[in-house]
Order: sequence, then structure tokens, then C-alpha cells
Amino acid sequence: MTQTQYKGTGSANGRTGSRYWRGKSAYLGVLPFLFVSGIFLLYPTWNVASGAFQDKTGKFSLAVLKEVFNSAVARHAFANSLEISAKTAIAGAILGGLFAWAIVNGKPGGYFYRVAVALSSVLAQFGGVMLTFAFLATFGFNGLIANVALKIAPNSFLAGSAWLYGMTGLTILYTFFQIPLMVLVFLPTLENLKPQWREASDALGGKAYEYWLRIGIPILTPSFAGAALLLFVNSFSAYATAATLINLSDFLTPLEIATALTSETGGANPAEAKSLSFFMVIVVIIAMTFYALLRRRVSKWEQRR
Amino acid sequence: MKKSWGVRIWRWSIISFVGAYLLVPLYAMFDFSTKPFGFQDKGRTFRAWTTIPGQPDLMPAIARSLITAAIVMALILFLIVPTAIWVHLKLPALRRPFELLCLLPLAIPAIVIVVGIAPLYRWISINLTESPLSLAGVYSMLILPYTYRSLSAALDAVDIHTLAEAARTLGANTGRVIFGIIMPTIKTGIVNGSFIAIALVLGEYTISNLLNYKTFQNVIAQIGRTNGNVAVSVSLASILFVLFLLLLIPTKKRRNAVLDVDLV
Repeated sequence: MTQTQYKGTGSANGRTGSRYWRGKSAYLGVLPFLFVSGIFLLYPTWNVASGAFQDKTGKFSLAVLKEVFNSAVARHAFANSLEISAKTAIAGAILGGLFAWAIVNGKPGGYFYRVAVALSSVLAQFGGVMLTFAFLATFGFNGLIANVALKIAPNSFLAGSAWLYGMTGLTILYTFFQIPLMVLVFLPTLENLKPQWREASDALGGKAYEYWLRIGIPILTPSFAGAALLLFVNSFSAYATAATLINLSDFLTPLEIATALTSETGGANPAEAKSLSFFMVIVVIIAMTFYALLRRRVSKWEQRR
Repeated sequence: MKKSWGVRIWRWSIISFVGAYLLVPLYAMFDFSTKPFGFQDKGRTFRAWTTIPGQPDLMPAIARSLITAAIVMALILFLIVPTAIWVHLKLPALRRPFELLCLLPLAIPAIVIVVGIAPLYRWISINLTESPLSLAGVYSMLILPYTYRSLSAALDAVDIHTLAEAARTLGANTGRVIFGIIMPTIKTGIVNGSFIAIALVLGEYTISNLLNYKTFQNVIAQIGRTNGNVAVSVSLASILFVLFLLLLIPTKKRRNAVLDVDLV
């Protein structure tokens, strides 16, 4: 046997064959990961994507998608979701961007810098139950500011807490976690601004506002817009905060999905949940595509510098 | 660099406005948690804080969440990291598909994942286990993008091909190459990923609530329905705990961990 391997073309074929199989067997190494991600990631994705195009009996149909698309309730929730995401993305991006600028302008690596960055990392994750508690303790019944307002200006809206449970309240709560996220995303960009540019501008006689108008803002715009898109996706996907603050099941799309998924009074409708999810994912994918394009511009610029 | 008065005024007004936005609610939590409740208290009281350890469901929930975090970390260490290294070393053709797979969770909101995964967890709780620890599976997928970003940055920074070849020449087998040679060189990336795992598991609400598992956040919500003061003090305590942890970790190393959400 061993001798036959050394003569004729067969042996050469055999050897390439074994190398061929050795190359292929490397693919076995990704099987465990593929197994786990197939169960916990690809299966749910496929489940939602395919489920959106099925009727209740599992046949292919666009009926549910159309029904959801034309439903006034779903449209209202979707519009609310888009509105709150856009508002809090813009507010969060501006306030967070300014705050990041204030952090960068301090002593680098100083006490304020460290505490501000650490606080931002904590508060950016601070959604849901705890955030709701914090704002109820501030503006809710018997809350800190509500009590002060009750004494100073009993007729102002702050004295009552009804405003907290609607669009205004949610916007303020969402902005609370958007600001720190913006700080985290935008801080590296600000730190990459070269001091030489400012010096060059100053040396050529440029005023501070001219530097910002002609150099700072044009350079920062792509990454600022990218960060704002990220914030948009962040609040568009948020569920926990709204769910713990208000019980209006049709107010935002995520709340509507949860109701369609879990309602125990006969309203449970997985097909509807999947169709709503499908529309949500489309919005997220559009936003993320723009984000990717903007990031490409930013990284081009960062390589060139 | 000396700063002009204009810059200083701007800076401090921004800091005080945003600082007030972020800190007043936190102080309000403290204020609320020390308010008297029941009939026996007058003035300020720390009774809500002292009853934290005695809350019936709380400690088991914290323990479960920490164990879940440990399982997620184990999945990162023994599954995701070795696969990432394997793909980098042996399967360059798969790098792009692997990256896309890892970034997929960014495009799918948690609420949508729940919709897709609910049948699976119904099956798991009927046929395998009702333990909330099984959530580790979906959690490890949720943090894939973050793990991937910090890993691929670390893997690109080191010439792992040369390292692997040198190790093979000296007689190391594949397991030794991955776990003994390459993984120690990308330690920082792995530590970062693990830190995110803890933060994610302790803070996750959407999935566990809709699938009816009693995790940390759900127990806090449950306490909040019966006793606001205690729930608020637990929340504040956990925020301060995480903040304290973060301040212990050196700034430079940590920053890359939390903000690595680039897509490209």
C-alpha cells in the first residue's frame, strides 16, 4: 500500500485530495458557533422575516402586512415612534455633543474627565425600570421637583405629573439616556481634532467663531450626523422605559408589538407582531445603512489626516 | 493652554445645565428613598436601605443574573473568541460573512428578537428547563456586535499568523495555539467584552420581561409595585455599584469597550 502511493498519478491525486479535505475540514471549526448562532440569532430573524409574509395558517400571504400598513392605530404608533426617536436623537445629539466638548476642554485625564466619562457609561445603559423610578421620584407625585413646584407655583404644569405620562414625559426620559450615549460616541471624534488646525486658524487671524464655522463644524458634521443616527436607532428600539412608564399599549410601535405578542385577553396575534417587527427592522436597516456610509466618510478622513 | 472667558462661561453653563439634567433625578432618587414610609417614621429614615437584604426575591435574582453573566462570559471565551481567531487564521473567505453575522443584532431591536425567539423559549421551558439561566443563549447573541468589534480590533493589532506559525513550529497543537498563545495577547479585548456582558445581563429588561423570567430588573419592577422606597433605593444602589466598578478600571482601556459600536 505504501509503495503504491509513491508511483503513478494516483498518489499525486491522493495527496491533493487529502490537502483538499484538510482545507475543507477547517470549516468544521465554525460549526459550534454556527449551531449556537443559528438557534439564538438566525432562527428568530428568519422567524420574524418569514412570519411577516404568512397568514395565520402559515401560507404565504401579504394580507397581514397590508392590514398592519393600513391600520390607523399602527400608523399612529409608528408616527409616534418616529417622532420621539427624531426628537430625542436631535436633543440628545446637541446636548451630548456640547457636553462632550465641555469634557474635552477640561484637563485631559483629570478628575472631572474620568468621573464624567464613567457616569456617561453608566447612564447610557440606564433605561427601563430604574430610569422610570428616577423620574417618578423627581416629577411624579410627591417627587422632589413636584413638591417644590407645589409650594412655589401651584398652578404650573410641574405641580401635577400628568404631563410625564405622555409624549413630553417620554421625550425627556429618553433624552436622559441619549445624552450620555452621545458623549461616549462623540468624545473620540472631538479628541481627534488636531490642535494644529486651531493654531493655524488663529495664526492666520481667524476668530473663534470663524474656526468653528469654517473648520470645526464642517469636519465634525459627518460623525455628528452618524452619532445622531445611532441615537435615533437607540430610542426607536427602546421598549423598557416606555413599558414601565406608561401602559398605553398603542402609543409606540414596540409597545404595540409587546401587546400583540403577549395579550392574554384574546388579542394575542403573533402574525401582527411579526409584521410590525418587520416594519421596525426596515427603518433600523435604513438608518444603519446611512450610518455605515457616514462612518466610511469619517474613516476616510481620519486616514488622510 | 489659557482659556478665554467666553470659552469658560460657555463650558460651565453647558456643564451645569447637562449636569443638572443628569444628576437631579439621581439625587431625587436618594431623596425619595429616605422619605418616611409606614406609620412609625418621622423625618428622614434609612429604613428602605436597611430592608434591601431582606427582600424575598431580590438576592436570588441578583445571584441568578450574575451566574447568567458568567455563562455569557464562558460562551464568549470558549465559543465566540476561538471562532473569531479560527476564522482569522484559517478561513479568510469567511471573514466578511462572519462579520455580518456578528453585526446582525445591531439591526434587530430587542423587542423584535423577542417576537422571533418566543416560540423557542416556549419549547425550552416545556422540554428542557424553566431556569432563567437559559437566557444566556440569547444574551450572548445580543452582545455579539460589541464583542466582535473589540475582538477584531485586538486581532488586527497583533500579527496572529506569525504567532500561530511560530507556535506550531515549536510543537503546539491547535488548542494550545488558540487558548495558550493568541488569547493571552488579546486579553484587553476579552476583558472589555466580559465587562459589557455583566452590564448587559444586569440591565436587560425587554426580553426577560416578555418571556416571563424573574431577572434582576423584573424583580425591581415587582418590588416597585408594592414598595416604591425600597425599589428606588435598590436602583440607586446598583447604579452606584456599577459606577464604582467603572471608576476602578483604568480609563484608557475601558473607553474602547463601551463605545465600540462602529459598523464599518
